[in-house]
Amino acid sequence: MSEEQDIPIQTLPLDGWHRAQGARMVPFAGYSMPIQYEGIIAEHLWTRSSAGLFDVSHMGQLLLSGEGVDEALEALLPADVKGIGLGRMRYSLLLDEEGGILDDLMLSRWLGGIYIVVNGAVKYDDIAHFHEHLPETVTLNHMDDRALLALQGPKAFDALVRHVTGDHPLAALGFMTGGRFAIGGVDAWISRSGYTGEDGFEISIPAESAERIATLLCGEPEVKPIGLGARDSLRLEAGLPLYGHDLDPGTTPVAADLGFALSKRRREEGGFPGHARIMRERADGPATKRVGLAVEGRQPVREGAVVLDADGGEVGKVTSGGFSPSLQQPIAMAYVPAAMAAPGTAIRLGQRGKIFTGTVTPMPFVPHNYVRKGA
Amino acid sequence: MTLYFTKEHEWIAVDGGSATVGITDYAQAQLGDIVFVEVPVAGTAVEKGKEAAVVESVKAASDVYAPVSGTVTESNGALSDDPALVNTAPESDGWFFKLALADPSELDGLMDADGYKAFCESL
Repeated sequence: MSEEQDIPIQTLPLDGWHRAQGARMVPFAGYSMPIQYEGIIAEHLWTRSSAGLFDVSHMGQLLLSGEGVDEALEALLPADVKGIGLGRMRYSLLLDEEGGILDDLMLSRWLGGIYIVVNGAVKYDDIAHFHEHLPETVTLNHMDDRALLALQGPKAFDALVRHVTGDHPLAALGFMTGGRFAIGGVDAWISRSGYTGEDGFEISIPAESAERIATLLCGEPEVKPIGLGARDSLRLEAGLPLYGHDLDPGTTPVAADLGFALSKRRREEGGFPGHARIMRERADGPATKRVGLAVEGRQPVREGAVVLDADGGEVGKVTSGGFSPSLQQPIAMAYVPAAMAAPGTAIRLGQRGKIFTGTVTPMPFVPHNYVRKGA
Repeated sequence: MTLYFTKEHEWIAVDGGSATVGITDYAQAQLGDIVFVEVPVAGTAVEKGKEAAVVESVKAASDVYAPVSGTVTESNGALSDDPALVNTAPESDGWFFKLALADPSELDGLMDADGYKAFCESL
């Protein structure tokens, strides 16, 4: 993992709670975090069939506000920020001057500004980037006094709705929308979103309430706590990239197959970093492209395995790989040359001196189960 | 039959000049859900301390080292269909391979059950 650093490992608000639940804790993104409780496969399958509670408090929660915040953000990323209505949420990418991906993130319109959730491993880099590029009229509030929980799975709604009150019913939320609610009497921002491919919610609450709310939700018969291990296998099945692995400054939105994050207006108007290169890649096709691979046999290929051409030369790399608990077979994401990116293409892979065969497979590997509502 | 353990969390059950090798309950618990095991085929010569098998959990791949040198006489075919046997029965049905010992004196210095228990508690 790319998260190894020499800085001391920090603890999150739910540290003691995780240990009391029997979690095995590991360092991740500079924090001690639960990798698993009862076991990754059991937790994974529980989330797909019922509901799992994930602690993602390591992620950065930022609130950008002030005069010109929409325009200032549009200068840094390709989203149609101005077009994000109140309570709407958009996936976007923080880009460097060459269109390389500095982070992937979620933008939501709050009454008081744009709420951004960024990856834990790069949150301080993101904050420095914002400080460097945002005008003085825009204020960045790093809300590190808040915890972030994700409740994911087909029964997440049933469990959550028992504890939520608000001006609007929880059922009014569709995928990628959010609103202010109270959960267990605590003010919360709740969005219908997540990183598993399942229906589910992300819940931002004050850190001091995190233990009480986690206990409340895990008291529901549908809900168990789920660790980072299953979070990774769930997002891989859902075809969702992981920053620092499948995305980094050497990848672009087009190569990463995240063209949906380039809004039509922004493509036409430009004004975001790397616009010229990204539009050229969009027109001509990228040199390499992120694809999904179904791998033959039972042995997983992992990040770092190489993609081979017919002569055995290295032409790409595996950026995520593992065993799919839902499909009971190894799956992976890899960057392959554009000519090898069509679904059905057989791909030779090398790992630790051994040759594997994968087949380019449309993602998600396991169908998404989002609940969408009309606008 | 005498049971020995290594600091790399393998067990070896010795009966005369032959032995059975697997990984310990402690090791399987640390690895988590095991999804693939590659064991050496009969006839393979293995060397003490060198890689002899591969075990893959959902999370990661790990090497399994030969506790002693010898020639593999049999490997556990059941693991290819049901690698989770290593989780459910690590020190019985989840054995990895059997071998003919090359040098029984290599067993000197391996731990017995009490020694291994104390070793795990010290980790």
